[in-house]
Amino acid sequence: MGALETFILILDSTVRLSIPLMFAALAGLYSERAGIFDIGLEGKMLAAAFAGAAAAAVYGSAWIGLFFAVMVSIGLALVHGFASITHRGNQIVSGVAINFIAAGTTVILGQAWFRQGGRTPPLSADGSRFTAIELPFAEAISGVPVVGLVYSELISGHSILVYLAFLAVPFTWWVLFRTRFGLRLRAVGENPGAVDTAGISVTWLRYRAVICTGILCGFAGAYLSVAQNAGFVKDMTAGKGFIALAALIFAKWKPVNVMFACLLFGFLDAVAIRFAGIEIPGLFEVPPQFMQALPYILTVVLLAGFIGRAIPPKAGGQPYVKER
Amino acid sequence: MAAPYAKLPGWVDYGLIPLINLVVAFLVAGLVVLLVGENPLRAAALLVQGAFGSGDGIGYTLFYATNFIFTGLCVAVAFHCGLFNIGGEGQAYVGGLGVAIAALTLDTVAPWWITLIAATVMSGLVGAAWAFIPAYFQARRGSHIVITTIMFNFIAASLMVYLLVGPLKPLGSQVPATRDFAEGAQLPRLDWLIEMFGMNVRSAPFNVTFLLALAAAFGVWVLIWRTRLGYEIRTMGFSPTAARYAGVRDTRIIVVTMLISGALAGMMALNPVMGDQERLQLDFVTGAGFVGIAVALIGRSHPAGIVPAAILFGMLYQGGAEIAFEMPNISRDMIVIIQGLVILFAGALEHMFRPAIARAFGGLAEGRPKPSAAVTR
Repeated sequence: MGALETFILILDSTVRLSIPLMFAALAGLYSERAGIFDIGLEGKMLAAAFAGAAAAAVYGSAWIGLFFAVMVSIGLALVHGFASITHRGNQIVSGVAINFIAAGTTVILGQAWFRQGGRTPPLSADGSRFTAIELPFAEAISGVPVVGLVYSELISGHSILVYLAFLAVPFTWWVLFRTRFGLRLRAVGENPGAVDTAGISVTWLRYRAVICTGILCGFAGAYLSVAQNAGFVKDMTAGKGFIALAALIFAKWKPVNVMFACLLFGFLDAVAIRFAGIEIPGLFEVPPQFMQALPYILTVVLLAGFIGRAIPPKAGGQPYVKER
Repeated sequence: MAAPYAKLPGWVDYGLIPLINLVVAFLVAGLVVLLVGENPLRAAALLVQGAFGSGDGIGYTLFYATNFIFTGLCVAVAFHCGLFNIGGEGQAYVGGLGVAIAALTLDTVAPWWITLIAATVMSGLVGAAWAFIPAYFQARRGSHIVITTIMFNFIAASLMVYLLVGPLKPLGSQVPATRDFAEGAQLPRLDWLIEMFGMNVRSAPFNVTFLLALAAAFGVWVLIWRTRLGYEIRTMGFSPTAARYAGVRDTRIIVVTMLISGALAGMMALNPVMGDQERLQLDFVTGAGFVGIAVALIGRSHPAGIVPAAILFGMLYQGGAEIAFEMPNISRDMIVIIQGLVILFAGALEHMFRPAIARAFGGLAEGRPKPSAAVTR
């Protein structure tokens, strides 16, 4: 296999690996821009993955799976909202709690309902799973050098959720920066007092932001269990929620940057999977564990302000107390 | 953060409210048990039976509790400074490295107690070192400690995998672990303590680290409430601006607090590594760092609350195994749910029942507003 082909295959798996990150990081974007920190992305994604796979297996439809994934994820997002908006609880603590509840519940319910050691039944390709979409002419021009290969391997042949993820990026940008809702959402994350003074409910606005987070986390989970894999396995998010969080910070809370950050982290993952250890000729071997740790290391370095500066929304993490 | 919550008597604040939160968490967990078609009352009975019904049960309960005392203290010390150290898991994991270094160097030449002292120091140092960078970045470069400590958990996991499948693995071995420790690094069991009460211990790895954990709990109490440093830590946690105004050097306090916190997490590694497995292996922390969050929340960050809370979670871990054995529909993951619910109700929703309770205490509720105990930086 030529170097070009290898490279395109790596890019192809980069896309696949970065989709759940992209959904989850965009999900976190809504919440954090509204001033609600969310380290429960992981848990919401996991619960959604389970709900999606379980519903898809029972009803035999990927779309019903997606619907349940989104609903369950919204449910958990509302718990987070109830704790951190209504009861002004600590947002970090609430996020941690949601991660644990999701991790435990998915396995317990999975075992009780399906008796396959916490797995859900494998999904077949006929309708109960999001399958690859062949774009027109993909087969026909696959012979054309470079362009054909890029088109047929990289652009064509993904599930509908992949294309939706890439559409979600400009859509999120549009919502946040070109609509009244987005303006208010960003304002509530910077200065909730001002928003309140303008006669807009901080509580309702933040709840809506948290619901948006739930919806997108649902997509992230459904992608994992109903599109990328054929069913749910225990702890299948494996820290992706936290990498998404890292990507969100790495992207400095901006939608288009989020896409590139997720692609970068997905690329690192793809390379780590492809090459067990990368040899830098004559020098040393980069262990695969280093590649896996790289997203986290990069985020720490960025947060410390060594490469640019990541400034979070000003009111992030603080519950809003209305003056009385 | 001005929270308009009335001041309640101490026993309500530190006794009743955590108890109510705990009970609600268990009720919800009971609902999950019902949902999978088992009897929650029978599950509860099995839990207590498994945890306290035999000498071995008690031994395991206290063995797990030892881990949770350390990690609970780790979280609590940071809480007092207004910091959320979510990185106990990673700090404990690399702390195992410190234990292994001491044990592998000394196990053939020194008696166990010398190795234990060296291992305690080393694990504390390594754990503290792992907490240093997030602490320094928080204090000087303004990066959020929650995020950096989460990242450091993952970096620790990658580092340990790298070391245990590579440099630390003995030649020719297929298992990602160090060699087994010789006698000089095996901790004596505390079976006699349980046997004093007429019970028999066969396999429970309950060992001297438990006493060390109790000593650490006492040490933390002295530190926080009886020393100048502890006073500065609490001032910092209560109001960073007031602390700065009073001449507390905030960078120093943040870094020192996190070093202590990290050291406590690191020492947790002594218990499983030297007291049970007697070698350093992958994933020996098994979530104890996160349980520490629940323990610190239930124990209200006070050692006198943390020790019983740790024993409670030790009971859940050990009794949970018993439930899993008896009830096919429930695995040990049930503990994870309970843990999550406890964190949710005792931590994030700690104020949910407060207004109602404050109302019940009518006249007392008229007092001055009390700042929220929540930690946010």
